[in-house]
Amino acid sequence: MGMVFFNGIPLGKASNLEQMRKELIDKRRKGKFPKSMSISYLEDRDELHITLDNGRILRPLIVVKDGKPLLTEKHKQKLIEGTITWQELIDEGIIELLDADEEDNAYVAISEEELTEEHTHLELDPAMILGIEASLLPFPEMNRGDRLNYGSRMVVQASGIYLKNYLIRDDTAAQLLVYPELPMVYTQTEEYTGLNKHPSGQNLVIALISYEGYNIEDALIINKASIERGLGRSYFLRTYVAEARRYWGGQEDIIGFPEEGVYGIRPEKAYTKLSEEGIINVEEYADTDDVLVSRISPIRFIGIQEEIRMGISNKKDNSITVRKGEEGIVEKVILTENDNGDKIIKTTVREYKIPEIGDKFATRHGQKGVIGMIVPEEDMPFTESGITPDIILNPHAIPSRMTVGQLMEILAGKIGALVGERIDATAFKGKEEEIREMLINLGFKEGPREVMYDGKTGRKFKVRIFIGIGYYLRLYHLVSHKMHARARGKVTLLTKQPTEGRSREGGLRFGEMEKDCLIAHGAALTLKERFSSDRYEFYICNECGLICYENKRKGRVECPLCKGSDVEKTEMSYAFKLLLDELMSMMIYPKIKVTRKVVI
Amino acid sequence: MAKVRGEKGANIKELLPKKYQDLKGKELEKALERYEKMRYDYGEAIGVVAAQSISEPATQITLRAYHAAGRVQLVTTQGLPRLIEIFDARREPKTPSMKIYLDERYATDEEKAKEIASKIKETKLKDLLLEERLDLGEMVIELVIDKDKISLLNLTMEQISNAITKTTHNVEIKIEDNILFVRPTSKSIDIKDLQTLRVRLREKHVKGIKGITQILLENVNGEWVISTLGSNLRKVLEINGVDKRRTYTNNIHEVASVLGIEAARNLIVKEALETMRSQGVDTDVRHLMLVADMMCFSGEVKAIGRYGVAGSKSSVLARANFEETIKHLTRAAYRGEEDKLTSIVENVIIGNVVPVGTGTVKVKYKG
Repeated sequence: MGMVFFNGIPLGKASNLEQMRKELIDKRRKGKFPKSMSISYLEDRDELHITLDNGRILRPLIVVKDGKPLLTEKHKQKLIEGTITWQELIDEGIIELLDADEEDNAYVAISEEELTEEHTHLELDPAMILGIEASLLPFPEMNRGDRLNYGSRMVVQASGIYLKNYLIRDDTAAQLLVYPELPMVYTQTEEYTGLNKHPSGQNLVIALISYEGYNIEDALIINKASIERGLGRSYFLRTYVAEARRYWGGQEDIIGFPEEGVYGIRPEKAYTKLSEEGIINVEEYADTDDVLVSRISPIRFIGIQEEIRMGISNKKDNSITVRKGEEGIVEKVILTENDNGDKIIKTTVREYKIPEIGDKFATRHGQKGVIGMIVPEEDMPFTESGITPDIILNPHAIPSRMTVGQLMEILAGKIGALVGERIDATAFKGKEEEIREMLINLGFKEGPREVMYDGKTGRKFKVRIFIGIGYYLRLYHLVSHKMHARARGKVTLLTKQPTEGRSREGGLRFGEMEKDCLIAHGAALTLKERFSSDRYEFYICNECGLICYENKRKGRVECPLCKGSDVEKTEMSYAFKLLLDELMSMMIYPKIKVTRKVVI
Repeated sequence: MAKVRGEKGANIKELLPKKYQDLKGKELEKALERYEKMRYDYGEAIGVVAAQSISEPATQITLRAYHAAGRVQLVTTQGLPRLIEIFDARREPKTPSMKIYLDERYATDEEKAKEIASKIKETKLKDLLLEERLDLGEMVIELVIDKDKISLLNLTMEQISNAITKTTHNVEIKIEDNILFVRPTSKSIDIKDLQTLRVRLREKHVKGIKGITQILLENVNGEWVISTLGSNLRKVLEINGVDKRRTYTNNIHEVASVLGIEAARNLIVKEALETMRSQGVDTDVRHLMLVADMMCFSGEVKAIGRYGVAGSKSSVLARANFEETIKHLTRAAYRGEEDKLTSIVENVIIGNVVPVGTGTVKVKYKG
């Protein structure tokens, strides 16, 4: 006797659940139950679960009876003719939808050849065992598993045409590849995901050589002429949002030019690109820190009457400017309003990103790298027929990672380009022999390697070079968005320590563990220097041990407690002073005793 | 001869290891020179260096304990969990285990070794039971004993009965062939009491040494060695035939209480080093020796961490910087503690030169 559950709620007890499961499934196939109903039997707990709730992912499989799939040649013919639909196949119980629970009861054959009496289902296609991202990778069965993982992760980061309606969208940040190409070596999934309508990469001529060491550690060498012809160029779009809010008490943000003397006003030059309304014009070039939308906000919540009475200006410049380190041309300006009726101005700035040293590229095999050098075409190696590669990949990237699929793709890409057709590289198609034959037919008897010449000296290389066509993705990690350094600069108000993060021109933190390293080296003075970003001079009362202030009127330093001026000048970190202040705010009296300063 | 710094009046040559005692002339000079070279300089941060030298290789140890499937072995905690256990000075290791060596009379003879092994392994009453029944009418627990097992362990029914009565009061035991009839003598007794008594009886210690749950007899280089799971050093050392010099446990606190703090300190060094080496990483012993010294110098084994070494630093700021900031600051305020700023962390906090390395040198202007 085992329990029967419906949507996780116990219905009651029944015996011979396995038999019951089979009968229920039979009925479902005949159409007496919804097709999305899952019936599963947990053997270890002797429980039957019937589920019909939302959120289960169902997956289609061909039903197998007595070792024979129900989907016959007839059906396939009809499908091609178009006289039968997918829904009809499901309705007839030829194709079944299983959820994760029911899958545990199924015995699924991957291909028709391996079917036995015991099998209950058959995969529609062997490649169906992969998810969407993984099935976008060519020749996945020839790569190590982790490479597929990396590869599918990077396919997602590739810039292409992410959605076809990008022109009317206002994403905060988006990247568009200028000349996306269909991959020479493709998978069938492409068609079903729509990626063949808006691809996200380019077919490049790849040579596997070293070049003066500028492609060590996975760096890439790129042909300058290729970049000039448009390789990897992309547009970066960023949308800035300005809201003109209305505040309590009748105050509101004003879109318009600030008058002279308003708090926080920027140099006049920053406002020159704006139209009369205080909003930038479309197709106007905007540099870093240029104002896109000029906005004036109230500082404090004092009413208009008080403002007049007290005679203080209650205005501050709160304009939207182009981010630090970014520039571009204004793509579009959208004027709209939100639910409260407040004005919203969205400006999209478009920046043309030409590949430069440090930009990240990757193939679909987890082989990523940044540009290490951009070489003029005349210095690039060339083949007998005068072909220069677009990208020079270091051969060391291959052996330890065992991405045979990468080599196969380059090879298949080369064949595809020579024959003039795209090559299908969907998983488990076993195309190896076919490709080999095509290669031989094209005259490459010893593989795809070719004689090449050094571009600088014109000398022939002693070995033949592996050269072909591979699909490269431009990933959205660009140096221009990441490069950052600082010697000195902004500090935070509270602690007087350097700010954090690139967008705030922040410093790079010298952390706890780095501190330990300097200590281990005995570099005490270097350590002091590192940690002296918030160095501050204090006077400390010898009597009370408190930090003193300068009384400018009396022209002396005074203790806040005893008003005496028996003080000692010391140096310490401002953060420590802050700690002492906070202790004092909690009624703890920290006392500093200063001994005579020792000169180091 | 090279000038060698050392304790006043100490002959450096004597400090050298035994195998270098016969060195003469140039060789001796070279050895002493090397000895001098290898010494730490004044002001070197040996603590930080030790910490880094242990923790860097430790990052390479995988967290997962490794064991070969299907082999006869006692599975003990290994790798990073064990290393953490050692430095945390846990009262009881996750898998306490012993290596019991036997003296010459027993070591080579398998039969005699087995005899000792059977004396050591703890047998509980539940290990001997075939069946247990409750007679609710008579209020009697019937325990059916496995005869084969007790003959294997050289036990009699009387001995088992005695083992029970020794620690359980108010029970009467009748023996009938291989069944023990246990009857509680107290007057008011209900079924619940009988049940709890039954559970208690199951755990009764019958034979062997308490705590030693598993035993494995191995022949190592022609000598029989007993490996155990569970540890009870004091009791094992009392057994005749056990080699008291070599017998070994991995329970540091037990060693500290039985053999003394020096032994515990050596055990920390040995266990930590062996744990690291078994995982394929290595470090110099002296780093571990320093850590072990820090853990033991107060006379008892202290953990590295909040409740041990780091928690007993003299500086308030250093303690507050590590963990439980609020606790240390409030306590310091309550007690009126003073921080002399003698160590590293507190000087980093206030932004002074740390008294380490080049910071140890101070020059006073005499003027």
